[in-house]
Amino acid sequence: MTRRRAALFVRIAVVAGLVISLEICCRTGIIDPLTIIPPSEMIVSMVDHIGSGEFNESIVNTFSTIILAFVMAVGFGTLAGALVHGSSRLRDVADPLLASYYSVPTFIFYPPLVALLGLGKTPLVVLGVLSAAPAVMISTLSGLDGVPPVLMKLARIHRLSPARTLWWIVLPAALPRLFTGFKLALSYALIGVIAGEFILSGTGLGYAISFAYQSFDNRAMYGLMLFVLLVAIIANGILYVWEGRLARRRSVG
Amino acid sequence: MTEQSHVALNEVVRRYEGPPAVHAMGPINLTICRGEFFSVVGPSGCGKSTLLDVLCGLVRPTSGSVHFEGRELHGEVPDGIRVVFQEDSSMPWLSVRQNVAFGLRTSGKPEKEIAELVDHAVSFMGLAQFADHYPAQLSGGMRQRVCIARTLVLRPRLILLDEPFGALDQQTRLLMGDELLRLWRETGATVLLITHALDEAAMLSDRVGVMSARPGRFIDMVETGWSRDRDSRIVSDPKFGSLTARLWSCLREESLKTMGWAA
Repeated sequence: MTRRRAALFVRIAVVAGLVISLEICCRTGIIDPLTIIPPSEMIVSMVDHIGSGEFNESIVNTFSTIILAFVMAVGFGTLAGALVHGSSRLRDVADPLLASYYSVPTFIFYPPLVALLGLGKTPLVVLGVLSAAPAVMISTLSGLDGVPPVLMKLARIHRLSPARTLWWIVLPAALPRLFTGFKLALSYALIGVIAGEFILSGTGLGYAISFAYQSFDNRAMYGLMLFVLLVAIIANGILYVWEGRLARRRSVG
Repeated sequence: MTEQSHVALNEVVRRYEGPPAVHAMGPINLTICRGEFFSVVGPSGCGKSTLLDVLCGLVRPTSGSVHFEGRELHGEVPDGIRVVFQEDSSMPWLSVRQNVAFGLRTSGKPEKEIAELVDHAVSFMGLAQFADHYPAQLSGGMRQRVCIARTLVLRPRLILLDEPFGALDQQTRLLMGDELLRLWRETGATVLLITHALDEAAMLSDRVGVMSARPGRFIDMVETGWSRDRDSRIVSDPKFGSLTARLWSCLREESLKTMGWAA
């Protein structure tokens, strides 16, 4: 068994162990089933609720908001990162702000965002972008910093235009670090949007989870939570596999 | 400029603005003939790499002029000059074949022609078995061969090499030197090699320029007198020892100055 496969096996075993332990604890009453329902019940609840179609609108709302926030965060973060990278003065200003950015809980801005932008998708998208864009910006800066100077010299020797230098040298050289930022951006956009819906919104999966929680409907709450969790894991898994393929090309020894 | 002159530097000086301001090299006067293998040796920090940057147009001289094939360079890299750098400049996201094809693709050649030229260059450099490998799967010497192949496939008329074998062990350096000589003979290109290895310069070159400590200037020109079909076996020739000794006797005082140990 290769080292990678062994690590994957251990990871799956740990998660499976935790799920089985939770199932046993819930079934034997060690954990009150009124507090947490058994994982098998969560799966059944998820299938029931999602299959019933009653949350279709919420699913579409939430994930379209997340995708929009993610795409905007990637675009804005990459562009801002490239601009800051190109100017040492901007860099001096931005570096400490970026370093301390994630110590600020961005959710506190949701009420003023609602006041400014009204209820609906827009404040949630802005919240998602605020959560995700700085991660992309940081990874863009790191990626551009990591482009070997010799490759930039190579671009000049081959008389590449700035656009071709960007496309053929800078982007591929910076891609592994950019990808890390994209992965983080997806997670942050998801957290930002779901948490925004949970706190103040009247639509979406976050709101549905919050509503089920306030109605003491544990079965629905855990079913929807599991659904969000699975979608997040699958989306991250796709990016992880893609990133792994990229990395393997560069690091096979 | 004579008819045989391929590259000419006339009173070239390069200074870097401070603080602190640095007079990196010059004034330098140098003419390299078409098809010549010319090497530059000098103490650390004497401006060898600056000379190469000025020669290929990456850096403008502070004063003086550089002519390539009769045309003055004005801070641009002319067609016909290519460089192999000291550092590994293979692109890790491209296979060996794609790395070698890079320059051809940027020049917009048809794919069929690119494939033929790349296959030839890859085989020529002994990389045919590794054509679909990525640089991370190759040794340092093989990666440097990829970079040399990427340069040669473009058929440059002037090849500039900045300590290309600096990271290799002695045996590999000798073998790579043989390959370089073979390529030089077959392509008929003019070669300028920057090196800190005196034996490498003595073995490979028609002529060796010895630079002074910074600001670098040529303090000696050594004609080796080797035939064009030389290879690494000349290291056992008594003349090789005397050439290396001559280069060292020129350089010793300058190296002492660089170290701050001069009397």
